[in-house]
Amino acid sequence: MRITIDGVTTEVDGGTILDAARQMGIDTPTLCYGDTLTPVNACRVCVVELEGARTLVPACSRRVEDGMVVHTDSERVRTSRRMVLELLGSSVDLSTAPDALAYVDRYGAEPARLGTPPAPAPRIDNDLYVRDYSKCILCYKCVEACGVDHQNTFAIAVAGRGFDARISTELDVALPDSACVYCGNCVAVCPTGALMGKTEFDLREAGNWREEEQAQVDTVCPYCGVGCTLTLHVQDDAIVKVTSPDDHDVTRGNLCIKGRFGYRYAQNR
Amino acid sequence: MFGAGGGTSSYEETRAADLIVLWGSNAREAHPIFFHHVLKAVNRGAKLIVVDPRRTPSAQWADLWLGLDVGTDIPLASAVAREIIEAGLTDEEFIARATSGFEAFRESVQPWTLDEAERVTGVPAGAIRELAHAYGEAANAQLCWTLGITEHHNAVDNVFALIDLALLTGKVGKWGCGLQPLRGQNNVQGGGDMGAIPNRLPGFQEILDDAVRAKFDAAWGSTVPPTHGLHLSGMFEAMEHGDLRAVYVVGENPAQGEADQTRAERLLTGLDHLVVQDIFLTRTAQLADVVLPAAATLGEAEGTVTSSERRVQRVRKAYDAPGEARDDIEIVYALARRLGHDLGSPRAEDVWNEVRSLSPMHAGMSYARLEELGGIQWPCWDENDPGALFLHGRLWDEVVADRAPFQVVEHDPPVDLLDDAFPLRLTTGRRLESYNTGVQSGGYSSPLHRGGADILLAPEDGARYGVADGARVRIVSRRGSVETSARYDPTLRAGLAFMNLHFPDEVATNVLTIDATDPKSGTAEFKATAIRLEPVA
Repeated sequence: MRITIDGVTTEVDGGTILDAARQMGIDTPTLCYGDTLTPVNACRVCVVELEGARTLVPACSRRVEDGMVVHTDSERVRTSRRMVLELLGSSVDLSTAPDALAYVDRYGAEPARLGTPPAPAPRIDNDLYVRDYSKCILCYKCVEACGVDHQNTFAIAVAGRGFDARISTELDVALPDSACVYCGNCVAVCPTGALMGKTEFDLREAGNWREEEQAQVDTVCPYCGVGCTLTLHVQDDAIVKVTSPDDHDVTRGNLCIKGRFGYRYAQNR
Repeated sequence: MFGAGGGTSSYEETRAADLIVLWGSNAREAHPIFFHHVLKAVNRGAKLIVVDPRRTPSAQWADLWLGLDVGTDIPLASAVAREIIEAGLTDEEFIARATSGFEAFRESVQPWTLDEAERVTGVPAGAIRELAHAYGEAANAQLCWTLGITEHHNAVDNVFALIDLALLTGKVGKWGCGLQPLRGQNNVQGGGDMGAIPNRLPGFQEILDDAVRAKFDAAWGSTVPPTHGLHLSGMFEAMEHGDLRAVYVVGENPAQGEADQTRAERLLTGLDHLVVQDIFLTRTAQLADVVLPAAATLGEAEGTVTSSERRVQRVRKAYDAPGEARDDIEIVYALARRLGHDLGSPRAEDVWNEVRSLSPMHAGMSYARLEELGGIQWPCWDENDPGALFLHGRLWDEVVADRAPFQVVEHDPPVDLLDDAFPLRLTTGRRLESYNTGVQSGGYSSPLHRGGADILLAPEDGARYGVADGARVRIVSRRGSVETSARYDPTLRAGLAFMNLHFPDEVATNVLTIDATDPKSGTAEFKATAIRLEPVA
C-alpha cells in the first residue's frame, strides 16, 4: 500500500498510520499507546490530519489504506495536541511523566491557564508498589495490561463516569484485599508514574532517585524455568527497579511478582 | 525424551495451539509468564484441559478439569489411550512408520476401560472420554506437565504414559504439536544439559560410551570414570550405608528441601565432611564444616542459563558481590588450584567456549550470537544454525531410522498408603509468590505471603475431623508431625489436603513427606503423603 505522510510517499504492508510514521522516522507523540497493548484511543495526543476525513484521526489505531494522505504536524494537529496537553496538565500532576512534559514543551502548551493540578495523594497499602491517582491521565494502559492484553487478572477497571472516572479495584478496596497478584505489569506500562515501584517511590521521597546515573543490565530471572529476561535498573550497586523488554518474545515486557519484585534477597546479605 | 532431555516445542507454538493440556501443572502460579502464552491461545479460542487433583487457578481457566486422585495418572492416561484407539483417533501411518512396540502397548491399556478408570482415578468416565477425543482430534496440541507428574515414586513411568499419548496420535516432532516438561528452576534444564546428571556428560553424551569419554579425556587431560554417578536420592542412600562420607553442596538446601527431612538432617550431620557453597547461611550451610560464600546469579554473575523451551540465554553481572562472596566459577578454580591443578583464571565465556567445543548441540552458540539473537534453542550445530523451534522432526522423515518406542507402564499407587490411622492424602505444590524452601522468596515482603504456612483443607474434612477454619492443627504422618493453622479451601475435594515447602522455618512440611523415590530419576514422592489431623487445644 502507498501512503503519503508530510509530503513523502512510501510503501507499507498494512499496519497503522503510527507504524508508517515511525517507519519513516517521523516522531508522533503517544501517551496511551503501548507496543504490546491493544490501542484504546483514550489520550488523543497522537491525532493526525487525514485528507478527506472530517475529524482528526488517532494515528495509533487508524489502519493504513492505499492512497492515504496524512499531515502529522499541521497547525490543526498542533493546536489539538496543545489543547489535549493543557487539559491533561491542568488536571493531572505530570511531574513524573517525562514524555508528557516533553510534549508540553514541544507544543508550547500552557496548562496553568486552565487550572492547577491536584496535590500528590499516594496510596501506600503494600510494600511492592504505590498508586497515586493525582498523576493518572486515564490512559487505560494499566487496565489493559491487567486484563486481556496480558495478565488476565482483571483486578482493576475504570469506575465512574465523566469527571468521576477513575481507575479502581473492586469496590475501591485496598490492594491486599483485591484480586491483585502484584505482577506489576500495570506499573511497567504506566506513562506518568501514577503507578510506581515502592523502592523508586521511597528513593524519590528521599530525593535520591538518580535515573540518569542508573545502569540497565539484562539478565535472566533467577526463579522458575520460563526464562524471562530481566532488565535490572541499578543505582549505587543495588537493584532499584526491574523491567523486561517489550520486544522480548518470552515476556513481551511482562513479569510475575517474583521476577519484578522478588530481587531483594540478593541485597539482604 | 527419546535421548536428549528437553521440551520438544516452544512457547511460540503454545500461543498457536488448538488444544493445551496441563497435566500435573499449575502453570498459572508456578510458571506465570508461560501461562501468558497459554492465555493468548485460550483468548483466541483454543481449548485448555487441566488434569490436577486440585482445582487450581490454572484449572479455573480450563474448559475441562479432571480432578484425579493423587497418583492415578497412569490409569487415566491408559484409559485416554484406550479410548483414542477404540475411537479410531490414532495416527496409524505415524505409528507404523515412526514408532515401535504398538501392539504390546495396545494390549497393556485394554483393561483400562472408561468405567474402570473412573473407579480408580475418581474422574467421571465422560470427562476422560472428552480428554481423549479432544487430544485425538486437535490439529495442534501441546501436552505440558510439571511436578504433578514427576514428584512420584514412579515419575519416569508417568512421563512415559504421556509420551505414549503423543506417539499414538502423531503429536510430536512437527510444528504446533509437542511435549513440554515445564522446568521449575531457572537452570534445571541447563544443569542437565551440562552433565549435572549421573549418566551423561555435557550435551547428553552417554558416559559409558568409550568414544565420548575419549574425547573428554583428551580435552581435560584426565580420565573420566566409566561409571554412572549418583543422583541426589542415591547420594542420601549412600550416606545411609556409609559409602558417601564427604559432600560438597552448591546452591542447594537439602536439609530443608529433601523429603523426610528428619532423616536428611541426620545423614548430613553424620558426614565426615560437609562443604556448602551458597549465597546465604542456609539450614544446610549451618551444618557444614566449611562454607564458601558465593555470588548470586542475580546481578552478580556472568554465564548462561537454559529455559524450559531449551533456550540458552546470557546471565550478566551488574555489580560486585558483597564481602568475601565469589563467583561460583572462581571458587571452583581456586579449589582446583588447592588440589594441585592450576587451570588458570577462566572467565564465564571461556568455560562456555569449552562447552561448545565438546558438546555438539551447543557448538553454534557463541556469546555474540546469543547476544544478537536473544538466546538460541538447542540443538544448534554450527554458527549458521538458527537453533530448533521444535525437536524430533526426524520422526516425520519417510524412513525413520531410530524409531520412538511405546513404553508399557503399570499402575503403581503411591507408596504412603491411606488407612484408618492416616486417612487423608496430603499433596504439595508451589505458590505464586514463593519458591522452593524460601531462601530467595523469603527475602521480600508481599501481601501474597499471607497464610503461606497454613495447611489447606477441604471444608468437608475440616468438619469431619473437628478442625475449624483458622484453628491450629497437628498434622501427623508415618514419619513425624508438625503444627500449623488450618484454612478451608473449597477448591480441594474431600480427602485431599495441601501444603507447600516455602516456609520451612514456620512449618517443616518435609518432616511429613516420604522419601520413596523413583529409581530412574531419583525424585521423591513429595506429591503423596498419608496424614491424619489432630486438633490442638
